Amino acid sequence: MTAVTLARATDAKQLPQGEPLPPPILAGGRAAPDAALVELDVTGLCKAYHGGPAVLDGVSLQVPRGQSVALIGSNGAGKSTLLRCCLRLIEPSGGEVTLLGEKVRALDKARLRRLRAEIGFVFQRHNLVGQLSVLSNVIHGAQSRQAGPGAWFHFLASRAAREEAMHCLERVGLAEFALRRADQLSGGQSQRVAIARTLMQRPRMMFADEPVASLDPNAGEEVMNLFAELIREKGLTLVFTSHHINHALRYADRVVALRNGRIELDVATAGVDAAALRGIYD
Amino acid sequence: MTETAFSGASAGLPTRPAPARFRRPGNGMSLLYLGAAAFFVYSLHGSEISVESLVNGLPNMARLIGEMFPPSIARLQSVGSAMLQTFQMAFAGTVIGVLLSVPLAICAARSLSPHPVLYHISRALIALFRTVPDLVWALFFVVTVGLGPFAGMLTLVVDAIGFCGRFFAEAMEETDKGPQEALTALGARRSGVVFSAVLPAAMPSMINSSLFTLEKATRASVVLGLVGAGGIGIELKVAMDLFQYDQAATIILGVFLLVLVVERLSSMLRQRILRQSV
Ligand SMILES: Nc1ncnc2c1ncn2[C@@H]1O[C@H](COP(=O)(O)OP(=O)(O)OP(=O)(O)O)[C@@H](O)[C@H]1O
Ligand SMILES: [Mg+2]
Repeated sequence: MTAVTLARATDAKQLPQGEPLPPPILAGGRAAPDAALVELDVTGLCKAYHGGPAVLDGVSLQVPRGQSVALIGSNGAGKSTLLRCCLRLIEPSGGEVTLLGEKVRALDKARLRRLRAEIGFVFQRHNLVGQLSVLSNVIHGAQSRQAGPGAWFHFLASRAAREEAMHCLERVGLAEFALRRADQLSGGQSQRVAIARTLMQRPRMMFADEPVASLDPNAGEEVMNLFAELIREKGLTLVFTSHHINHALRYADRVVALRNGRIELDVATAGVDAAALRGIYD
Repeated sequence: MTETAFSGASAGLPTRPAPARFRRPGNGMSLLYLGAAAFFVYSLHGSEISVESLVNGLPNMARLIGEMFPPSIARLQSVGSAMLQTFQMAFAGTVIGVLLSVPLAICAARSLSPHPVLYHISRALIALFRTVPDLVWALFFVVTVGLGPFAGMLTLVVDAIGFCGRFFAEAMEETDKGPQEALTALGARRSGVVFSAVLPAAMPSMINSSLFTLEKATRASVVLGLVGAGGIGIELKVAMDLFQYDQAATIILGVFLLVLVVERLSSMLRQRILRQSV
């Protein structure tokens, strides 16, 4: 088992330079990823928290436009740290991140904000503001392009913003909950509102850090299907982390496994089987 | 063998005895307790405690209370208007104090403060307002802006800032960091994070503190009159000084009712407001 995994790991490392990626398996009908347009380019990324051990130790990864990548790895492998470093929610200690053509580490505050606006980030916990209505939470998605109170609360928002937010809510099937307090939703509904908030950003790319880890299996499937549809519909690039190997196989074109802060395995989902992936948890 | 082990677990003595109920305090702690007890005895002496005075005072108390009844309704109108003024001072002082507390608390919340220097200045200001007693502030304002309700209101503003500034800042610091990170991740500015994530999350606690401040201010505003800072207090003092105990009783009852009504209303409001969403 381990031998198989390791063998795959070694060919996988040549994937970005060498062989072209196999076509996506995601729900069919979607154009193959455009390998010429690399939207996320991570090179030699390192991160150590406050002089502790290296959590990311020279991670390199290229994600072309339209690809869906699953990041897997055991607890503490550095998956969340990698996603956060890409948006500088935490500062990397070394290496380069180029996101949508921008060198992330060189950006000033204002340009970093503009870049963050283009990436929808869905967290394990929905991270909605519980005391506010669902509609206000969705309107928050417009905060990067609209400074000031207009994007703080729905009752201060412009008519256009309110309508756009309702569209986003309709898209995730929750329009009738617009005025409900966000802390009165179920876990699955909350996560869908969080997705609606990213749609309000008009994103070019999506990050999701264990988006269904706190949901029951049905709600989890629902949320993953919603992601898959949106990705297909808008041709977005998706990078998500998951502890569900089935989700990785079903919803991603490519699986990247982290172990101890290094990329252990990087394969197209087309040919790989679940047993081989389980090896990385040993 | 196994049987004995099993019966030991259910009936007999455990192999490891239960720990002692109390831990013997260390020598330092014992000394501290002893010191505190000694100081208590010394304090009784310092406050000139005397059973004799208390016993001799009892008939006086009975007589005073007897003279208070029935309460006089002779000056009901002027008592009423003084009462209204008292509450006006409390209400205006609280509202202004609460409004000023919000920006000050943002500066005094560690994770939100725009600058470390601002953080320390606002912390120090809040501490100063809180630790100096309100009667001292009242005396200060009476001397500087003159006798009357304005001095009283300023005192209550300072009081409110000392109390709300601290609790608002704590409420803001304790809010859930998740939604704040989500907003940062989608490109929100610091102001956006404060107004659309931190303040809504801190709001229930802030409303609680504000209503509590109003209750506190109502009670305090009664006393402020004693040093000439407006309100009902001066009426009470005059009535007591002129031995018009029936007048005093009316005023005390009025104060009692006012404070009670304010407390009732504020707890009703609390329930209402906390359930709303925007
Ligand atoms: N804020 C932090 N300060 C210090 N160490 C941290 C911090 N956040 C994460 N770590 C450490 O970094 C390592 C990687 O954490 P990370 O959250 O990236 O792992 P993960 O792969 O997302 O794990 P999980 O599957 O549990 O979410 C862990 O050892 C963790 O203890
Ligand atoms: Mg994680």
